[in-house]
Amino acid sequence: MYRDATRFKRFTRRVALLGGGKFVLLSLLAGRMYQLQVIESDKYKTLAEENRINLRLLPPPRGRILDRFGRPVAINQENYRVTLVAEQVSNVEDLLDSLSGILSLSDHERQRILREVRRRRDFVPITVRENLEWGDVSRIEVNAPDLPGLSIEVGQSRKYPYASDFAHVLGYVSAVSENDVTGDPLLELPGFKIGKNGVERVFDLSLRGKAGNSQVEVNAMGRVIRELSRQEGQPGDDIKLTIDRDLQKLAADRLKQEESAAAVVMDVHNGDVLVLSSVPGFDPNRFVTGLSSRSWRELLNDPRTPLINKAASGLYAPGSTFKMAVALAALEAGIVDQDHEVFCSGHTLLGNTKFHCWEKHGHGWQDMLDAHQNSCDVYFYDIATRVGVDRIAAMANKLGLGRKTGIALPGEKNGTIPTRAWKKAALGSSWQLGETLITGIGQGFVLTTPLQLAVMTSRLANGGFAVTPRLVRPQLDDGRSADPKFKPVGISDRALDIIREGMTRVTNVQRGTAYSARISDKGMEMAGKTGTAQVRRISKAERETRVLKNHERPWKERDHALFVGYAPTKNPRYAAAVVVEHGGGGSKVAAPIARDLLRATQMRDPSGSDAVPNDEFLPSKSEEA
Amino acid sequence: MGTFFSTPRLSLGRKMLQINWGLILIVTATAAIGLAMLYSAANGSWNPWAGRQLIRFGVGLAVLIVIALVDIRFWWRYAFLIYGALLCLLVAVEVFGSVGMGAQRWINLGVIRLQPSELMKVGLVLALARYFHGLSTEDVGRIPYLIVPLILVALPTALVLKQPDLGTALFLIMIAGAIFFVAGVKLWKFVVVLGAAGAAVPIVWSTLRSYQQKRILTFLDPESDPLGAGYHILQSKIALGSGGMFGKGFMQGSQSHLNFLPEKQTDFIFTVLAEELGMAGGLALLGLYVLMMIYGFAIGLRARTHFGRLVALGITSMVFFYVFINIAMVMGLIPVVGVPLPLISYGGTAMLTLMIGIGFLINVYVHRDVTISRTGGGA
Repeated sequence: MYRDATRFKRFTRRVALLGGGKFVLLSLLAGRMYQLQVIESDKYKTLAEENRINLRLLPPPRGRILDRFGRPVAINQENYRVTLVAEQVSNVEDLLDSLSGILSLSDHERQRILREVRRRRDFVPITVRENLEWGDVSRIEVNAPDLPGLSIEVGQSRKYPYASDFAHVLGYVSAVSENDVTGDPLLELPGFKIGKNGVERVFDLSLRGKAGNSQVEVNAMGRVIRELSRQEGQPGDDIKLTIDRDLQKLAADRLKQEESAAAVVMDVHNGDVLVLSSVPGFDPNRFVTGLSSRSWRELLNDPRTPLINKAASGLYAPGSTFKMAVALAALEAGIVDQDHEVFCSGHTLLGNTKFHCWEKHGHGWQDMLDAHQNSCDVYFYDIATRVGVDRIAAMANKLGLGRKTGIALPGEKNGTIPTRAWKKAALGSSWQLGETLITGIGQGFVLTTPLQLAVMTSRLANGGFAVTPRLVRPQLDDGRSADPKFKPVGISDRALDIIREGMTRVTNVQRGTAYSARISDKGMEMAGKTGTAQVRRISKAERETRVLKNHERPWKERDHALFVGYAPTKNPRYAAAVVVEHGGGGSKVAAPIARDLLRATQMRDPSGSDAVPNDEFLPSKSEEA
Repeated sequence: MGTFFSTPRLSLGRKMLQINWGLILIVTATAAIGLAMLYSAANGSWNPWAGRQLIRFGVGLAVLIVIALVDIRFWWRYAFLIYGALLCLLVAVEVFGSVGMGAQRWINLGVIRLQPSELMKVGLVLALARYFHGLSTEDVGRIPYLIVPLILVALPTALVLKQPDLGTALFLIMIAGAIFFVAGVKLWKFVVVLGAAGAAVPIVWSTLRSYQQKRILTFLDPESDPLGAGYHILQSKIALGSGGMFGKGFMQGSQSHLNFLPEKQTDFIFTVLAEELGMAGGLALLGLYVLMMIYGFAIGLRARTHFGRLVALGITSMVFFYVFINIAMVMGLIPVVGVPLPLISYGGTAMLTLMIGIGFLINVYVHRDVTISRTGGGA
């Protein structure tokens, strides 16, 4: 017999060892469980939540932009796009073939779609085409049974119903560029658009609103399982402009009869800008969807500068519209009075240099009112010489020329009002007397914007208060808008009365330079001043033979036509400035436009009430968009 | 026949009474937890896993009882035959399984698909127990007597490695090691073998498939490649850790229900449990396994035949290795080698293997007083 007892003894010993070993190992498992599930549990809980939860931003609807009566001029429109979910499609190529029968897909688009299909996960919707026409949407919907995996989604995109008429005021929204990124997570959303110009840019933060977010549970593949919580964003604020939509449209239509022009109409008391128009414009809607580089170059190279807001950023020699500043400087300095007379023979001599009057036969004896009425250059050569350039510049600055008005638009220009010091600093040479003469008729170094001219006219009209233009009225707590109190700029009423009388004569006396552009409606009479700014030097030789008429010269060499005016002549309320680039004479071209605008403005009297005025009188009734 | 067995056969009725119902209760409770976890893993559905697993458990229970009731001497007698048959099946998998199937682990018997390498774990226990049963204490100490059992281990291990299934191969070696150990093989021999194995590591390393090498490498630092090879282990640890002390609640595991867990119904089922029921649930399950093993040890110590003792310890070790390797694997302690959690993981052969194993354990208990001489005669 074998000795089972010894064998059992050894077996028992070994079993005890084995059991002990196993117990140690199982304790190790329990220890590890304790480590993972108790000691490090918080860390893993966080990781599990991070796994599980994705935070998605919900872009807020952008605030609308309204005109002064609350009528929208920039809105959010539903935008249809067709998307494709690859996992619902058996063969993407085949699907795109069938889709080509409905939408024409370029090879380029096709490549992009196939590339995205390969790159994205199967269940992620891929945009096939954005901004679908309604016709395409319905054709796709009708054919939906044959197009599995395709669906129409609705988004919001910015729409400017008045297209180019408001382009320079509103600007446009466009895709975020790298320079725009500020840390606002909204800006990193694909497809998010921000204001790139105009009011859209200046008020971008208010219009943008605050992003909402949605916490969604996702699985390991990234597929959304359900929404856990949702916090709606805060929609952007609406911005209410001072612009009157109908007047703005009227101005654009009127200016479009010229090649290139700008006009501003404003309230002389509170600074409300009712019209701010620059023509030609551009269609801001095209910037929203993305402009081709060819179209962009075309806009950029157009000699009529459609991208530039000529009303606030176009610089023009004011020409004779500057004469009120010269006359005021002389009156306020006490050098001349209303009765000061100058004989105009058609030119004046300074040394050997002849300075011509626009009337080459001369105006004869002219006092201050005559000189305004006839826009006599020789008279202003005389008083400019007497008062000196620095005092003219000081007056021009008081009237708001030569510096930004501070309107809420990007790219506003300062312009130039020359002084002796300015010339020394800018050009390094000293001031010449001849330059004072040229400055006296608003030529030479003087450069202003149409907006500045409107401000100047407003200050002349409102009794010398330092009104500044505004596009948006500040809101009081009770929701009503506040009218600012402007300080007097420090010009005597007596002097202003003389100037206003001169301006009234321009349009209301038969020989006045803009009599043909008068407003004859009782109580709406307009006062103003014409201006014609040379854009090239007239050579001596040319003057001796014959000065070419404007229409005989190439467009680019024709004079700029200007007009500034206010109405009514008694208790003025509205001021206007019009510049027609290379339009020829101010009296023939610019004055009628200003007349039409000021007449229509008075008829509507938009400052008078908060209700939309009757628009019967408008020459072309605007169709509602 | 009668002369062969020295003790009289017990009647079927008496044997039924002898069956260790406590152990069967523990097994059933464990399987019930497994079904609940499979039900949860399928997002609260009997399909596709829990329902089929229930049927398999039923079949397994029947097999268990049949095995338990057959006379232990029958198993002793045919131990080598069973081992040989399973070896043939492994060869068959190698030959037929290679046609039309990617992984050469399964053999299709028409009704069920068998994974012979799993069954071989029990077959090897039987064969080694039978062999050591016939050795005297002195013989166990002699090296030439170790050649046969080493061949018994080497043949199936080599076949399984060729499939290739590194996990099961190592599993077979470990079960064999446990039996060698309790059979009384000298400790220094284990030391020598382990030393030799250590020396062989670089050689074996070069023969491993790249995916196997990668698994071992990422095991060392799984977080170095969180989206690639280390993803499974990291996600498993996140699931476990986020379960905390008491878990997220039944069917509430975000990691498992959102598919962050790989193979959650098979190898990573413990993670589902630990995420949803927490450390409490994990320890409870571990407790059930410990009870199962205590039963195994007790049965082994109580048995009067050396064959029965070795079978009991071999089966108990098998259960232990299943549990330890699987749980250590999902907790990031050892490489992911693909070992299921017995009675919990979805899978037919693994379930069957374990039920067969427990069947033998109970068989040893039922026949605890039967004696078989070293050469076959009753004592």
